Amino acid sequence: MEGSAPVTTLLYSEVEEDLRAAVRQAVTRAADPSSSSDLWRTLSVEIGCAGLAVPEDRGGAGASWREVAVVAEELGRGVAALAPAGSSSSSTASSSTAPVPFLGTTLATAALLAIEPTDVLAKVASGGLVAVLAVPLATPPGAPVPGSVARDGERLTGRVSGVADAGAADVLLLPTSDGLYAVEAAHAELLPVTALDQTRPLFDIVLDGSPATPLAAADTVAVAWRAALTAGAVILASEQLGVATWCLESTVDYVKHRYQFARPVGSFQAVKHRLAELWVEVTQARAVARYAAGCLADADPGNELAAGHELAVAASLAQAHCGPVAVRAAEEAVQLHGGIGFTWEHPTHWYLKRAKSSSIALGTTTQHRAALAVLVDLPPA
Amino acid sequence: MHSDELAARVRDFLAAHDPAHDPASVRDFLRARFDAGLAWISFPVGLGGLGLPRSMQPEVDAAFAAAGAPDNNPLRIGIGLGMAAPTILAHGNDEQRRRWLRPLWTGEEVWCQLFSEPGAGSDLAALGTRAVPETGPDGRPGWRVNGQKVWTSLAHEAQWAILVTRTDPDVPKHRGMTYFACDMTAPGVEVRPLRQITGEAEFNEVFLTDVWIPDEHRLGEVGDGWRVAQTTLMNERVAIGGGALPREGSVIWIPDEHRLGEVGDGWRVAQTTLMNERVAIGGGALPREGSVIGVVARAWRERPELREPGLHDQLMRLWVAAEAGRIAANRIREQLAAGQPGAEGSAVKYAYARLNQEVSGFELELLGADGLRYDDWTMRRPPIVDFQRRTPGYRYLRAKGNSIEGGTSEILRNIIAERVLGLPAEPRTDKDVAWKDLPR
Repeated sequence: MEGSAPVTTLLYSEVEEDLRAAVRQAVTRAADPSSSSDLWRTLSVEIGCAGLAVPEDRGGAGASWREVAVVAEELGRGVAALAPAGSSSSSTASSSTAPVPFLGTTLATAALLAIEPTDVLAKVASGGLVAVLAVPLATPPGAPVPGSVARDGERLTGRVSGVADAGAADVLLLPTSDGLYAVEAAHAELLPVTALDQTRPLFDIVLDGSPATPLAAADTVAVAWRAALTAGAVILASEQLGVATWCLESTVDYVKHRYQFARPVGSFQAVKHRLAELWVEVTQARAVARYAAGCLADADPGNELAAGHELAVAASLAQAHCGPVAVRAAEEAVQLHGGIGFTWEHPTHWYLKRAKSSSIALGTTTQHRAALAVLVDLPPA
Repeated sequence: MHSDELAARVRDFLAAHDPAHDPASVRDFLRARFDAGLAWISFPVGLGGLGLPRSMQPEVDAAFAAAGAPDNNPLRIGIGLGMAAPTILAHGNDEQRRRWLRPLWTGEEVWCQLFSEPGAGSDLAALGTRAVPETGPDGRPGWRVNGQKVWTSLAHEAQWAILVTRTDPDVPKHRGMTYFACDMTAPGVEVRPLRQITGEAEFNEVFLTDVWIPDEHRLGEVGDGWRVAQTTLMNERVAIGGGALPREGSVIWIPDEHRLGEVGDGWRVAQTTLMNERVAIGGGALPREGSVIGVVARAWRERPELREPGLHDQLMRLWVAAEAGRIAANRIREQLAAGQPGAEGSAVKYAYARLNQEVSGFELELLGADGLRYDDWTMRRPPIVDFQRRTPGYRYLRAKGNSIEGGTSEILRNIIAERVLGLPAEPRTDKDVAWKDLPR
């Protein structure tokens, strides 16, 4: 079969490289324990990351999802900067740094772009308001709108479990079978979950007659839901690429300087070959993640048919490939760092936890392969 | 010279020369094209070229192809075009260039490559074929050569070979080598087909027994053979990208300055990759499912009775790997086109080998009983390896060579680790030891 690939570049533009540099600088500053910078504020308000995918006439920066993907790469690279405060030493995670609700914002933005214009979108795009879509992080591709929240007039009751970034939200966006609703975070109970990946806090959202504002009717909510899951899968792949890149680079650097048997351990073929193989996989992950970001950027957000088949293929391909590459990179990083890689004090564990959690987020690798099978006509037995 | 000037020159040539296809006319046509400087346009005037940038070659080849002109059968003379010619140009004297380049390009003389030996595979510099000075029967200075070469494509059709020999065993291995052009019809040259695990014989062994080579066939200085061989190996990639294969575009998996290890057979691997998988860089992009995964996917779709639940996720894993490899190759092509040569190309060959082996192994399991059958190609001499038009058993067996030929996957990973990732080299024990004292 022929892929109807859009004409899209797989390289980075100069603008994207400038954006990358700005985000990396902000992340590096945030990682400094003596600094008190609010990374999300810097990213969303000062650098304008929250509005990149939003057209100017809807209050955004009029860039594209390609640029959002670059931000995701850098945040994946800088996962250790998102670790809970006070946890760089031997203490347990208790207090938190200011959260960076990037994924939650990404999902909310994609959903808001797919419905009739609302002023919530412009506020989110400016960084003045944090909106988070109430989607369980482990939702697989193609899942229907959840039925766990019921509407009674303009009040919602129900529970949504395991939602990323909800604790940072000013407004929660709730997809229900009756439509998409906005609930002020103050009107919801947010129960923090002790997450495997503490760099991306999870919350159970409990609504008990919470007042809700309708944003979209029942007939558009499914479109917004799918748009959010697809955009999330695509952007998450770039984040996974960033995680894998950090793991590879830091491990290569480590084995150059770690001496055993009077040689850098990186001079042993047993070590070299593992890293060479990982580099090959990361190289492919970069191409696949860029391809998916390009497909998402070129898709018409309001027109699901135009967004189409190739975007769905690219999204699931990116998840099916980049998810395992990030996990492998993190697992190799732990192993090739030896003892230090198994300690809490070394940052590698944050990447391992992020990588493994991300490979489950928005669909496991197997679920995405199954989704691809349907998309490319390779049906199961 | 501008493109339109060049186009006019091609038009004038085509108007003046009949592109007929009987053998004598083809020979005359190709000779005339060479003499007009329209063969390899980046070569110097008088040697088949016009001293123009290599990047203009595709337009010339396209114009000749569009006119229905006969070509020089580039697949048959690939080693000559890709490896011998650049070496002769760089290291040959005027007489050598005049003697060899024209019949090489027209295909009147096929070249092969006598580099690898049974004892010198990945470690090409350890080669032991000896050349000893000896005056010829007619009093000319020359060399007596004894040794054995292996994995020689096209030796059974070749008139000439590029040959690397050991002339001084008393110095470390990278020194003490000398490079020759060897007349394959000379007494003492024996070509034997080399039967491989598929049953057929793509390659040859070449035995050199008291072969006398005149000194005027030496390329480069005595003892400088390794440096000359570097030219040959480095040029594999350039030539492959340089219009030697005008119809198919080009393939390069070595966009950095580094060749794939100390093995000189990259050219035929390039051909194999190109013809079968078209991991093409600079050529047309490979379509989705354009590699062997497409054959397997078709079988899955067309034969529902073969489907097993346990195989489905494996199939999808391979599909994803193939598609990721394909898109990565597209990205490399874009990088090259944008003038950003990177080392990613070396990843393509490595990933290709692994994928081809996994997919072809999966295919046999999927086919079950049919996977037990084989097509008997005993001792056939295929001009080109064709994965897609052979049986699954052949694919499975032939793919085993993909991680060995043109740089083993182990050498490739060393190259990636050392030259891309900057990891320290293994300690070398052979650098300062005379060749004759090396353990073997």
